[in-house]
Amino acid sequence: MLSIVEIDLGTPKSTSSTVVALEIDGRTVQVPEGTSIMRAAAQAGISIPKLCATEMLDAFGSCRLCLVEIEGRRGYPASCTTPVSEGMKVTTQTPKLADIRRGVMELYISDHPLDCLTCPANGHCELQDMAGVVGLREVRYGYDGANHVFARIPAREDQEAAIPGRTLQTKPNPLYSPKDESNPYFTFDPSKCIACSRCVRACDEVQGTFALTIQGRGFESKVSASQNNRFLDSECVSCGACVQACPTATLSEKSLIEKGQAEHSVITTCAYCGVGCSFRAEMKGQDIVRMVPNKEGHANHGHSCVKGRFAIGYATHPDRITTPMIRARISDPWRVVSWDEAVAHVANEFKRLQATYGRHAVGGITSSRCTNEETYLVQKLVRAGFGNNNVDTCARVCHSPTGYGLKSTLGESAGTQDFDSILSTDVVLVIGANPTDAHPVFGSQMKQRLRDGARLIVIDPRRIDLVRTPHIKADYHLRLRPGTNVAVLDSLAHVIVTEGLVDEAFVASRCEPEAFAKWRDFVSQDKYSPEAMESTTGVPAALIRGAARLYATGGNAAIYYGLGVTEHAQGSTSVMAIANLAMATGNIGREGVGVNPLRGQNNVQGSCDMGSFPHEFPGYRHVSDTTVRQSLEQAWGVPLLGEPGLRIPNMFEAALDGSFKGLYIEGEDIAQSDPDTQHVTAALTAMECIVVQDLFLNETAKFAHVFLPGSSFLEKDGTFTNAERRMSRVRKVMEPKGGYADWEITQLLAQAMGYPMNYTHPSQIMDEIAQLTPTFHGVSYEKIDQLGSVQWPCNDEAPLGTPVMHVDEFVRGKGRFMLTEYVPTTEKVNAEHPLILTTGRILSQYNVGAQTRRTANVMWHDEDRLEIHPHDAEERGITDGDWVGIVSRAGETVLRAMVSDRMQPGVVYTTFHFPGSGANVITTENSDWATNCPEYKVTAVEVTRVTQPSEWQKRHRAFTEAQEALLDQSVKPA
Amino acid sequence: MRIERLIRMANDIATYFTVEPDHAAAVASVRDHLKRFWDPAMRRQIKAHLAEGGEGLMPLAQEAIRDLDVPADTH
Repeated sequence: MLSIVEIDLGTPKSTSSTVVALEIDGRTVQVPEGTSIMRAAAQAGISIPKLCATEMLDAFGSCRLCLVEIEGRRGYPASCTTPVSEGMKVTTQTPKLADIRRGVMELYISDHPLDCLTCPANGHCELQDMAGVVGLREVRYGYDGANHVFARIPAREDQEAAIPGRTLQTKPNPLYSPKDESNPYFTFDPSKCIACSRCVRACDEVQGTFALTIQGRGFESKVSASQNNRFLDSECVSCGACVQACPTATLSEKSLIEKGQAEHSVITTCAYCGVGCSFRAEMKGQDIVRMVPNKEGHANHGHSCVKGRFAIGYATHPDRITTPMIRARISDPWRVVSWDEAVAHVANEFKRLQATYGRHAVGGITSSRCTNEETYLVQKLVRAGFGNNNVDTCARVCHSPTGYGLKSTLGESAGTQDFDSILSTDVVLVIGANPTDAHPVFGSQMKQRLRDGARLIVIDPRRIDLVRTPHIKADYHLRLRPGTNVAVLDSLAHVIVTEGLVDEAFVASRCEPEAFAKWRDFVSQDKYSPEAMESTTGVPAALIRGAARLYATGGNAAIYYGLGVTEHAQGSTSVMAIANLAMATGNIGREGVGVNPLRGQNNVQGSCDMGSFPHEFPGYRHVSDTTVRQSLEQAWGVPLLGEPGLRIPNMFEAALDGSFKGLYIEGEDIAQSDPDTQHVTAALTAMECIVVQDLFLNETAKFAHVFLPGSSFLEKDGTFTNAERRMSRVRKVMEPKGGYADWEITQLLAQAMGYPMNYTHPSQIMDEIAQLTPTFHGVSYEKIDQLGSVQWPCNDEAPLGTPVMHVDEFVRGKGRFMLTEYVPTTEKVNAEHPLILTTGRILSQYNVGAQTRRTANVMWHDEDRLEIHPHDAEERGITDGDWVGIVSRAGETVLRAMVSDRMQPGVVYTTFHFPGSGANVITTENSDWATNCPEYKVTAVEVTRVTQPSEWQKRHRAFTEAQEALLDQSVKPA
Repeated sequence: MRIERLIRMANDIATYFTVEPDHAAAVASVRDHLKRFWDPAMRRQIKAHLAEGGEGLMPLAQEAIRDLDVPADTH
């Protein structure tokens, strides 16, 4: 079912700039060339009946309802498949057309159940609407012939011999299929299907999974998932595009079936990955009926994935903690307290800690799940309220190298393009990213472009889905050894330079000549030739040469990268090497090209933008910049420090040496997500006041002394900034379950600490951000509401925002090539630890899983498994499903094995969505040289068959049980 | 903080800048990086370590730390 508020124009928009004028029902209509008659009519307010057409999909012309008459043409062409032409005269309503349409509808309805009053689509059923529109008054064919509606049909001889009052003998109906309720989020009721193919086309064209098909021919045609499987067992990825496209109740959200039609709809932004999809939350009062991706959404254009559309049940999950709680020691039961008491307690404790241990003894951490306004307020609280710069955000452990690397080379810590840029891309280079799992909606857009002919280079140790997926095959898959990104990137550069593929004109006009000359000499060295590097990277030299030539000469080339680039000891070096490649080939500064970091979480970009790093004020301005600091001091009314504060891993170190004692953590679960868990938990245990503001008692909260109930994205106003620098509104659709939105809680803490904050709405916080930060000068809620979303920089020079950056010159002026020596990681395999472990995530789960584990998404992934190559498995006597111990120099954990040739021999892989998996018990403290971003992607391990959980897992389980008991025993006020 | 960790981090930074052919620029870059990204307490500690001989620090790191600016202890 389509959105309850959007008007569907029937066929996609034409992008032509040529305007065509035609006449429809006597009205003159002007539309771009290539527009269908159906869309042209709809734009003029003339509705032509339709069933198989929707503007999300290419015209199909199968339902025969949208027929029209065109002067001078014979017959009754379908208006969806007929493009407009100059001077065309179209009539949409004639007695003949009415007759045909009524006849068609009569046939549809003769094979459709008439349970409209109890049908979930009632109120928004397109079939029902069309029956009304065409004036269907009778179905002359009856319902007792061949049909898909009834499970059993009367036996023919029985019908012939029917005697009134006698019970009819029936037999099974071979055309009937029962309802498929296997998917946790939607049902498939084939009896209601009209075989319009909208679901099949949505799966193909929009999602690109090709899981659905029309099976059989003629009257036997029916929709089938994979090879007639149940939906849950099929290749379906549960994105819901088919459900949205379905004009009847054949595919219906279970929530819609349960709750009935929504009565209002609110546009908001998804709280999952960095794509930042726009959604319409369809509501009944404060209850969400369903989430429908917003057709007008600039990042997602009406598409979504299983997480954003369906996995929202966590927001109302019974595990939510909705009252503040405090305790003196983590071995004590929690005491439920009032907000006043909780806030006063935190302020008193932090003041005490600062008085006792110094003002640098406390700090704050925010999350990329927080809104811009929230992260801004926390950094302001730390800098102005605590009087130090000990603030960091979880981008520390994901994309901090992006900030450093892109700032050093291009001058701004952000991706260069919008997502739609890929529509003009000829060569897509994906390195260390798995968009179809981690950024599914952009992954689908990428797949559309690849199916339309763009070439593809994948650089990844694993055979990710994109390498081979329906109608897509990577031209090159450079299956490198984990930890050798820089070596591969330098080899690519070597080929580009030594084979004369540099865009000399671009480099000469746009880049620093001296730095370029140095870089050219550097990458030209023989040691960086693909042949010389082959033994290091494991990638055949010919593949590197081919990929380099394709990237440099294949037209518009765009690089997309993810955490497989940044989460390495050389993460920042890799980012700079990527920027070097783009500059050397002139692939930057226009549509279709660029350097595109795919951000892990929804607001990674925004949390970094808002000054959440200890060395930077909002807008990436170093704290030592006196002019900036003075302007902030004036606005905030307090002196500010001009020296950087502690980063997250530094905070842990300082906690362990006794100099860091209090931490305010909003929305981040460092005890699960940060590397070397035992080191992290030791640091947490060493602190005196840990304040966790979150939805759930997460892993970190089990070490906390104060719990402040946070609000979900549905419970507050704010903005998120996605991977393309796009700022979109988050809108409150229900009251905060804990009583306050997160920004209000930070404000209460600031007030209690003696630093005044008096915002009455997050829009005022954004106004302050805009006032104080040049790249955001033009941003306001009003502008975002007006434009739908806006990409920063948005200021006087770019009042409508900036889809593509660095167009005429780089933000830093001239682009700067940086030298990127390959330095092997110290995390080397040896006899004791002969395998490399690398980590990643999968489609159905998200990050630490706090949200998705509390939804039915666990049906797809209910435990983290260790993927291991058949060869490595066989050598160790491991078969699929065995329990295996994974030992690194940091720790040991136990998971079940999944034998898979996606991995290369010597490399094992796991996800980190479940706390008990202990994936980060084994990751080490190694980190990126520039930013301390952890080297999550390379850990030397050994894997052996075992029979019981690891010692850590046993301790973790016991600790978890104890903490849950303490929660259950929490003392409520009398 | 564990001095071993700070030594490792300083060496990691120095390792990156080792590739810079202009030695003076390399030293300045390492020093600048430490100044821009390290909390003063960390800088103070690594500088004190250098004063005690700087064991474990790469020569480039040592050169950079020698003239590293460290503000007075404001803690």
